[in-house]
Amino acid sequence: MSAHTKGSGGNGMKWVGRSIRRVEDPALVQGRGRFTGDLPAAHWVRFVRSANAAGTIRSISAPDGAMVITAADLKGVKKITPMLHKFEYRPVGQPILADGEVRFVGEAVAAVVAATEEEAEDIADLVEIDIEDAAPLVDSRAAIADGARQIHAEAPGNVILKGEAKTPGFDDVWASAAKIVRIDARSNRQNATPMEARAAHAAYDSVTGRVTLHCTTQMPHLMRTAIADCIGMPESELRVIAPDVGGGFGQKMSLCTEYVLVTWLARHLKSSVGWTEDRRENLIASFHSRDQYITLEGAFDKDAKLLALRADVLSNVGAYSCFPTTSGVEPLMAMAEMPGPYDVQQYQCLARGVLTNTCTMAAYRGVSRPVITFTLERLMDKAAKAFAIDPIDIRRNNLITTFPYKSATGLDYDEASYRQTMEMAVEAIDVPAFRTRQQAARAKGEYLGIGFATFSERTGYGSPAFAARGMAITPGWETVHVTVDPSGFVEARIGSSPHGQGLRTTLAQIIAEEIGVTPDMIKVVHGDTDTAPYGWGTFASRSLVISGGATLIASRKIRAKLLKIAGHMLEAAETDIVLEDGKAKVAGTDREVTIAAMAREAYTQTHRFKGEIEPGLSESGTYDPPGTFSNACHVAIVRLDPETGHVKLERYLVAEDAGRIINPMIADGQVHGGVVQGIGNALLEEIIYDESGAILTANLADYMPPTAHEVPPIELHHMETPSTQSVTKAKGLGEGGTIGPPAAIVNAINDALTPFNVEIDTIPATPQRIRALLRNAERAP
Amino acid sequence: MSEKAAITLTINGKDYAIAVEPRRTLADAIREDCGQTGTHIGCEHGVCGACTVIVDDAPVRSCLMFAVQAAGKKIRTVEGLASGDTLHPMQQAFMDNHGLQCGFCTPGFLMLAVGVLEREPDISDEDLIDVLSSNLCRCTGYQNIIKSVRAAAAEMRK
Repeated sequence: MSAHTKGSGGNGMKWVGRSIRRVEDPALVQGRGRFTGDLPAAHWVRFVRSANAAGTIRSISAPDGAMVITAADLKGVKKITPMLHKFEYRPVGQPILADGEVRFVGEAVAAVVAATEEEAEDIADLVEIDIEDAAPLVDSRAAIADGARQIHAEAPGNVILKGEAKTPGFDDVWASAAKIVRIDARSNRQNATPMEARAAHAAYDSVTGRVTLHCTTQMPHLMRTAIADCIGMPESELRVIAPDVGGGFGQKMSLCTEYVLVTWLARHLKSSVGWTEDRRENLIASFHSRDQYITLEGAFDKDAKLLALRADVLSNVGAYSCFPTTSGVEPLMAMAEMPGPYDVQQYQCLARGVLTNTCTMAAYRGVSRPVITFTLERLMDKAAKAFAIDPIDIRRNNLITTFPYKSATGLDYDEASYRQTMEMAVEAIDVPAFRTRQQAARAKGEYLGIGFATFSERTGYGSPAFAARGMAITPGWETVHVTVDPSGFVEARIGSSPHGQGLRTTLAQIIAEEIGVTPDMIKVVHGDTDTAPYGWGTFASRSLVISGGATLIASRKIRAKLLKIAGHMLEAAETDIVLEDGKAKVAGTDREVTIAAMAREAYTQTHRFKGEIEPGLSESGTYDPPGTFSNACHVAIVRLDPETGHVKLERYLVAEDAGRIINPMIADGQVHGGVVQGIGNALLEEIIYDESGAILTANLADYMPPTAHEVPPIELHHMETPSTQSVTKAKGLGEGGTIGPPAAIVNAINDALTPFNVEIDTIPATPQRIRALLRNAERAP
Repeated sequence: MSEKAAITLTINGKDYAIAVEPRRTLADAIREDCGQTGTHIGCEHGVCGACTVIVDDAPVRSCLMFAVQAAGKKIRTVEGLASGDTLHPMQQAFMDNHGLQCGFCTPGFLMLAVGVLEREPDISDEDLIDVLSSNLCRCTGYQNIIKSVRAAAAEMRK
């Protein structure tokens, strides 16, 4: 059974820190959710996609009478060309439909439009695309080899960006090391695989000339800006709605060509147009992630203290650059956060993004940190082995314990509990008992292993963090409008765009706490650019921190106004008034007034407060924080079958610290879901290309997200180190669960493999890979 | 395109007279011809189980059944689980135990679990996990789905 150690429970607060049920759920459990694919349309689109990874389009032929859109029809529609102003970034543009050349299998070449989806699919089968093949470049190492064919004219050598860092004094410290330990890590490619694949529905309004685009996105406002830019239309003529969205995990934060085309078609046809992606399209042509080679070396002194790190990050970014983050999202994150939770002040890094003939890489939950944590934590285990000390002791020697701390890459780490969460995990898992059991098992020819992962995670970071990357677009701040209407009910309009995180519930808890009403009186509204304030959406473990912060700031203003109004109505000093149970009460008396009466007063009796407060009861808050670091220690215990290479997860334990927890039930759910995606990353999930650039894992039987079978009960332990960099004291935790498992599980596998004298440094650590290692070891003389 | 067949689908006790091509899946017919969009489509190749409905008391992946095959059979979807304002114990348990996040896979899990528990109210924990591993969820990590279904099973046995 899963353990659960409660955090502070909000330290006596009424709503913050409580596991209240989600307001999102009643509609969803009754099949009343509204997803994009539920909308009827007059026209349906089927994309005809390239079966070739690289080549020149000779001709496209369509059946007579069919409506088939190609690049030739899209004159004036701009390419998607995201921009970075640093790191030798080469801007490359992606046409909405392939224009003259194809660069990956799955790239949309033509769009068939018909009255039904079936008809569009039938016609699409008859569209013939003749492509003159070019030799595809699938692997990033092949793409940077001398003489490799250039995929984009703008990017010589296929390097789209190159980041370099080196601290002063690095060479001397490196030369002084007692031991250099090295890992060559390989992270294979993944697909975020939300259960709802992509979908878009655009409807033209002949009265206003506006288009309403429903789409399954994490950032509706930026979709509006970007699509209007591509099409060259006024942004005011486009309304974007993210209705219920069936998971995103980063895949739905990038602009996809398909949404631009569907919007363009609605304007072109002056009608409604729908597109629903099928699973195969999602696996081959939506965004991929995590395809990296990292070589990491650590220089240690004689006492196993880490002195310096040197990293070479090679990130396969696919055929184009994703908007808005650019393809720098993975390599630059790796470069900035590689040192992780360890005290190391010397650092050298080369991080390159490499264009290949594969699906475009974009953000996926954890962005690079699952890979760098895997790499760094494997390095620490290898170093422990090299020094013949316990893996836990080498971490004890090196974890940061004094805060604030400035990292070798210039990041400011706020107060955290790296060491404490590790000790919590070590105690809970009972390492000595495990070692005894492991020994006994080995004697019987059974192989158990334990693995640890300690990590920090930058969350809730505002615009300066994006500006530091040189991004032309720096998402960061959020705005929230809180209104108490004249009946005393509360509406909060937010720029974030939650899609499963329960933010409507947690933000209501924050407001309820501040202004003394119950959460059921509060409605949080999001996802519609006509009603929500401009904002950046939900991604990067940011919404509770940033939108939550903006919510608190707006709520404090409402609170101040309510106290003033109550002071007048109750003829009392503001300092004597408490807001609770939907009322303002004068402490120590029976005098009170309801929030409904105060709200009515704020709108209808404004002459009473003239010169003191503005009419109405509506306030705005904007928040743009510097960022705050969450942390955790994950522990995995595995049982490995050397005959088959199969790994069974016996136990999985998380000790995490995400600052103040607003709703423990929701927080636990985020960790559970993240951990299981991480288990997929560690053991199961891999997008495999063959040499021709075709994908061999184009359905959910070949690309394998974990099922209930592969997942043990996840044991959670919590600490709460309130953040000093976040007004709510909360840190982000949406991604943390995903970051630890590859490191913890593969460390555990290597612990189990110790008697065989082989090591695996590749994820996913599939049975095939483990068997190959064991086979080679058996064959070795 | 081939000729359409006139059939009647009985969904949650209500008859829908529709005309569908023989190739039309039950999932598409439920959603598009009958307007019951609570049943979701996640993969269309029978792996994810988001489209699970109950046909004649057995959970079925509606993307792997043709609409014409379901004619004359009793089909239950997520929209029919509650009776009036009273939620089915399974729906209530998913809400009480945070058994859903984005909610896209939820209708499929609800119908799978209800279908199985109606047939096997005393199913063992091990068999239950076996059954639940037929559907995919990407948000919850299954922990709270398992907890929800166990809680509902206890409630349904009462």
